[in-house]
Amino acid sequence: MSATPAPTSPQAGGESDENAKLDVRQQVRRIVQGDLSSVRVILGLVVIAIIFQVQESRFLSAENLTNLMLQITTIGLISVGIVYVLLLGEIDLSVGAVSGLAGAVMVVLNVKHGWNPYLSIAAAIAVGAAIGTAQGFLFSRFVVPSFVVTLAGLLTWQGALLQVLGKTGSLNVTDSKITGLANIFYSHTTGWIIAIVCIVAYGLVLAIGYRRRVAAGLGDRNPFPQIFRLVVMAAITIAAVAILNSDRGVPLALLILLGFVIGMEFVVQKTTFGRHVFAVGGNDEAARRAGIRVNGVRVAVFAIAGSMAAVGGVMAASRLFAVNQNSGGNELLLLAIAGPVIAGTSLFGGRGSVWTALLGALVIGSISNGMDLLGLASPIKYMVTGGVLLLAVLVDAVAKQQRQTRGRA
Amino acid sequence: MSPGQPLLQLEGISKHFGPVRALDRVDFAVSAGEVVGLVGDNGAGKSTLVKTIAGINSPDDGKILFEGQEVSINKPQDATNLGIATVYQDLALCDNLDVVANLFLGSEERLGGPGIITRQLDEVDMENRAADLLSNLAVTIPSLRSEVGTLSGGQRQQVAVARSLLGEPKIVMLDEPTAALGVPQTKQVLALIKRLKERGLGVVVISHNLADVFEVCDRIFVLRLGRPSGDFSSTEVTEEHVVAAITGLGNNAGARAEVAEDKAEAETGTEGEKA
Repeated sequence: MSATPAPTSPQAGGESDENAKLDVRQQVRRIVQGDLSSVRVILGLVVIAIIFQVQESRFLSAENLTNLMLQITTIGLISVGIVYVLLLGEIDLSVGAVSGLAGAVMVVLNVKHGWNPYLSIAAAIAVGAAIGTAQGFLFSRFVVPSFVVTLAGLLTWQGALLQVLGKTGSLNVTDSKITGLANIFYSHTTGWIIAIVCIVAYGLVLAIGYRRRVAAGLGDRNPFPQIFRLVVMAAITIAAVAILNSDRGVPLALLILLGFVIGMEFVVQKTTFGRHVFAVGGNDEAARRAGIRVNGVRVAVFAIAGSMAAVGGVMAASRLFAVNQNSGGNELLLLAIAGPVIAGTSLFGGRGSVWTALLGALVIGSISNGMDLLGLASPIKYMVTGGVLLLAVLVDAVAKQQRQTRGRA
Repeated sequence: MSPGQPLLQLEGISKHFGPVRALDRVDFAVSAGEVVGLVGDNGAGKSTLVKTIAGINSPDDGKILFEGQEVSINKPQDATNLGIATVYQDLALCDNLDVVANLFLGSEERLGGPGIITRQLDEVDMENRAADLLSNLAVTIPSLRSEVGTLSGGQRQQVAVARSLLGEPKIVMLDEPTAALGVPQTKQVLALIKRLKERGLGVVVISHNLADVFEVCDRIFVLRLGRPSGDFSSTEVTEEHVVAAITGLGNNAGARAEVAEDKAEAETGTEGEKA
């Protein structure tokens, strides 16, 4: 055993004044090598913003940024569910159709059958959850590729959407409880209260975690990283509220999106279930031998994907005041999958985070929004978005290769 | 349990797969603080025997005694409940998770409390316990938070063994623990096996590498075509005898010559390891 090199020992006696410099250099290297793929995506966002801002000064205006937030709500919510599916190393092609169907179910129940708006919303989400559960069951019980099961689902639920809408093919929704979801903006004061509550809550979470680790004698005692994170988060929050307040105020839709992203990120990072999702995505045989009910995890993940698709569909119907035969169609599905992948969630399972749903939606939303402002036609929009997806995946692949060759050397 | 009584005792265990007799009336025993090497040619029944003890196969015939009591092991959970842990050759680790997450996979610690937020994973406690466990076993890894996929084969094997100890088993069975490892990494794993023995665990090691078997095992149990063909004390037997028992060629002159060749090969291998 004495021959074993102990890789920690060289740094253990590290000189404290050198540490800070070393730390910065390591951080830079980590960004370059792609450990911090989210930082790379943020840099990408900055580049996108500069490009569009140079061409069209309205791009970074408060009004357009508020519009951007509303535009990414649906795709971001669907992507949250997609992240879970991608973490398993699976794919769900039905989420677009499910979102359209769920929106239609809500509107039909509310408008044609006079259901209470909240009940209609709950029914729509229940439909999404049921569809996801059924697809997850078929996939895990009969060991059919999820690609095929959900492809069948895509067709089936598109048909169901047309069926639910009936002959009219389009249905308007006027109930203010439903349309409010995507069209309510909070007053300046409420916006600032929300900001303060968020910052204080985040500070508390960081402080409690830090105290527990220090009390247990784990990690370093230097509180700087925690303070730095809090300052960055506070700065982003304050800037965002200031910008949103100078237009219509903080939109409820953004709070709904952020709530789901934070909540589902908590579930995947901090709970046993989330840990098991990563385990099944990394090595399902190992997970099975560790006593994890692998098929149960799979069904739950597809149920989450279906539910999140339904939530996205509800928000889409609310924003457009209507559902029609195209709801949940077109490129929505592909963009919802492309978003997290652009932002660094692996297609092969076991790696990623729910934040990539938000970041990916921002990237895709910014490109689409910017090109709309410039008045570019659909053909160009599709090709540019395709190019960005390809570029992001290539950058990720190259970073991974470098990490592997250096890590193993 | 009387002193000197084996921890685990198998009597007349048989297992058939259709017409194939994978195990034929095998008697086998492990005592506390004893390392038993289980050797044999491919298809000799080593894996079937281990799977029988681990509860993956149930035997067609024979009985299993654990601490002197007759028990039935029909599913993996039965073996785990008795205190029998198995580390498989293909490791069963998740490369994308860190060392702590792998050690506690399937038995994660959670904070107490009512709601989902208060019942989150107790990373601090898990990390502390992991650090204690690994330092007790003198396992050295770069960081408890490094992904298992970035560790060397020897480190991964040690994590897999450490993982099996979390349930505080009495017997640990290792399937080819040194296969595909380099010389220094093999040494780490063998040293770990010795520490398991010092802790008073009964250890069963399946191995093809006789040099490794002789280095760590107290007893060498040879299977050949599903039958026991030798049970030696490792200090009182030569590799030649063990190889003869494995190949079943110990009874005629031609076979002896072959065995001698094998031994020569084995010895050069051994020297290579020592160098």
